[in-house]
Amino acid sequence: MTNDPHGPQKFIWKYILSTDHKMIAKQYLLTGLVMALVGAFTAYLMRWQLGYPNTNAPGWGLVTPDKFNMLVTMHGTIMVFFVGMPLLVAALSNFVIPLQIGARDMAFPRLNMLSYWIFVLSCVALLASFFVPGGAPAGGWTGYPPLSASEQYTGVHWGMVLWITALALEFASFTMGGINYLATFMCLRVPGMTYFRVPMATWFLIGASLAFFFSVGPLIAGAVMLLLDNVAGTGFYIPAQGGEPLLWQHLFWFFGHPEVYVIFLPAVGCVLEILPVFSRKPIFGYRAIVWSMGAALALSYIVWAHHMFISGMNPRLATPFSITTILISVPFAVIIFCMLASLRQGSIRLDTPMLWGLGFLATFLIGGLTGIFLGSASADIYLHDTYFVVAHFHYTFFPSVFFGGFAGIYFWYPKLFGRRYNETLGKIHFWMTFIFFNATFWPIFRVGAGGMLRRIADPTQYRILDQFKEMNSMISVAAFILILGQVPFVWNFFWSMFRGPAADANPWRAGTLEWLAPSPPPHGNWGPGLPTVYVGPYEYSRPDMADDFVPQYRPVGVLGGPAGQA
Amino acid sequence: MTAAPADSIASDRPAPLVSKVGMALFIGTEAMFFAGLISAYLVFRVGNPNWPPAGQPRLPVESTAFNTLILLLSAAFCHRAVSTLRAGLARSSAYWLGLTAVFGLFFLVLQGREWIRLVQFGLTLTSSVYGGLFYTLIGVHGLHVLAGTALVLYVLKRSVEGRYSAAYPLGVELARMYWNFVVALWPGLYFLVYLL
Ligand code: HEM
Ligand SMILES: [Cu+2]
Repeated sequence: MTNDPHGPQKFIWKYILSTDHKMIAKQYLLTGLVMALVGAFTAYLMRWQLGYPNTNAPGWGLVTPDKFNMLVTMHGTIMVFFVGMPLLVAALSNFVIPLQIGARDMAFPRLNMLSYWIFVLSCVALLASFFVPGGAPAGGWTGYPPLSASEQYTGVHWGMVLWITALALEFASFTMGGINYLATFMCLRVPGMTYFRVPMATWFLIGASLAFFFSVGPLIAGAVMLLLDNVAGTGFYIPAQGGEPLLWQHLFWFFGHPEVYVIFLPAVGCVLEILPVFSRKPIFGYRAIVWSMGAALALSYIVWAHHMFISGMNPRLATPFSITTILISVPFAVIIFCMLASLRQGSIRLDTPMLWGLGFLATFLIGGLTGIFLGSASADIYLHDTYFVVAHFHYTFFPSVFFGGFAGIYFWYPKLFGRRYNETLGKIHFWMTFIFFNATFWPIFRVGAGGMLRRIADPTQYRILDQFKEMNSMISVAAFILILGQVPFVWNFFWSMFRGPAADANPWRAGTLEWLAPSPPPHGNWGPGLPTVYVGPYEYSRPDMADDFVPQYRPVGVLGGPAGQA
Repeated sequence: MTAAPADSIASDRPAPLVSKVGMALFIGTEAMFFAGLISAYLVFRVGNPNWPPAGQPRLPVESTAFNTLILLLSAAFCHRAVSTLRAGLARSSAYWLGLTAVFGLFFLVLQGREWIRLVQFGLTLTSSVYGGLFYTLIGVHGLHVLAGTALVLYVLKRSVEGRYSAAYPLGVELARMYWNFVVALWPGLYFLVYLL
């Protein structure tokens, strides 16, 4: 085997073809961040065109309508599938799950390595679509046919084929990943790590993998048919050939709704992990949170048609799907209330990870509340396909991917790289992002409620939108500052990796297992013997203990206190 | 480093339980994939009162019934391969594995022959949505049979090399899990596509 834990490792085995879950996590992290740059660049170009219509965008040129369609499509695809998924699902699962449950590595390390490289391949396939004849896919990130099924509507053929190929490769990669995360979680927990002693981050990462795992199959089925429509001339989605465009929408959203939880749940998990550590309190309602997540997962499979209220599907379906949609907000409300209750009377420390965690709560709340408007079919008929929807999903996606993601990255940074990042830069980064995220997307609700349609390349073509001219320019400026606000992060991330002060094993004084391993953990994580778990993950400020927390690996019973019950 | 299986990162003999869980999860996604295809099929089937549409050939119900039997038999052989191995009879286990693969291939050949005739009768991927669905759904299952046969052949090769024993039958057991899944799908698909 190549991954002998003691022998010297050649560069290629250590950094490229590594089977170590921590190295693979870093690979995913870096790839996701690079893709985020591409995603941000597409956002910049679109915002330029919307703020300063039909002028040359510096560094690119004129954003023509056909280019705008490509940019919208690539932006959505990249941000959801190539930033959210690698950062929140792959990087975090790879790093956190084995460490938190006490495993030495994933259940199938070589499969894990393979899954990363297939993901790289899929990134290449997607980015290549910018350079093929006809250009990038232009059917929207949801790939609705007939736009996506036939070249005659968008003028894009190869771009579309590459889009499907990239998604197929990515799903293969994440299926391999998912098998690994779930099997590791089920089989490699260390003695004492019962299901109700598993830390929140791991529970929610597992929830995300479950959501992905059992919804992706139907989408692949749909994608096979879409690919055949594109390359073999079948007409599954083309009405003129007897096809059913709505079929794709059903298959896409059967996956698509769980998919938003794939991105959202890891963010919640990070925040739940961070709240107790930075308020020195046990999490409020651990079991209620785990069961709520389970309930939300189950419901997530029966809400999909709320994306299709105005699609022309049988209108009688709208009522049941409205009801399930409103039902699904109940478990999430439980989780949010548990989060708030966890803060109550805590000794709150506002370190950078905590800021991001609280920022997530504040912003996601707005996303969730505006979702209630869209979930009721009658309001959605008016709001659908306007910027109100654009604002809503950015208020859910952006907090998940970036507030939740950065919370996790800053929190585990010392463990990832063995060094501390710079707090001041971290806080500047947070405030820049928080202020300018809201400055960008809050006005977008207004613009949307005023009737601005989404996916339009040139708002000056519509008289009713003249009133929003200034507002659109302001939104664009805020968006540019938001993007620039990420510079402190990039600097901090790379500079501290090499120059930051060394971190000790448990800089946050947290109780979960990953903080027992050295920072960064060596290959194999635990040295000669595996740890044993004695108590739950969040034993903070116990009245019977002198120290303000009890780590999971400390046998409390032996020290005189009652053995902790999770 | 102590070498208890769960605590070892250097062992390249995967632990049985975790591998089976992995395979079960994989089969779970595959099942959802087929569920997607089948619901797509049903959407068209329910939406079209004339099925198959006028001018499209009928499917070979009888010869495919025979083929169904072949596939079911191969699953029985695969079970024998595991039970003989567990009883310590590695040689005869290899023999049953070979028989499984031969029957799997036979199924594919027979189906290929029927496909050629159907194409001659005018049923193609593009002749109608009916044709498209038929070749997609049955073809995707055929590819799974092919993959399953390849897996069985691979396990057969390793079995002949003497890698499996009553104490370590893992590879054969995994192959059987997958083969069972592929075979179990078929009667359902046969009923749905050929009979319904
Ligand atoms: C830097 C911050 C961001 C800015 C300025 C931004 C801006 C935009 C703009 C201008 C659109 C086009 C709206 C339209 O024409 O309909 C858009 C669409 C979209 N964005 Fe973002 N975005 C940002 C971050 C994100 C993130 C983090 C995600 C998800 C993880 C995301 C997901 C999407 C999706 C899914 C679409 C819809 C694409 C489509 O209509 O097919 N965006 N964004
Ligand atoms: Cu949804």
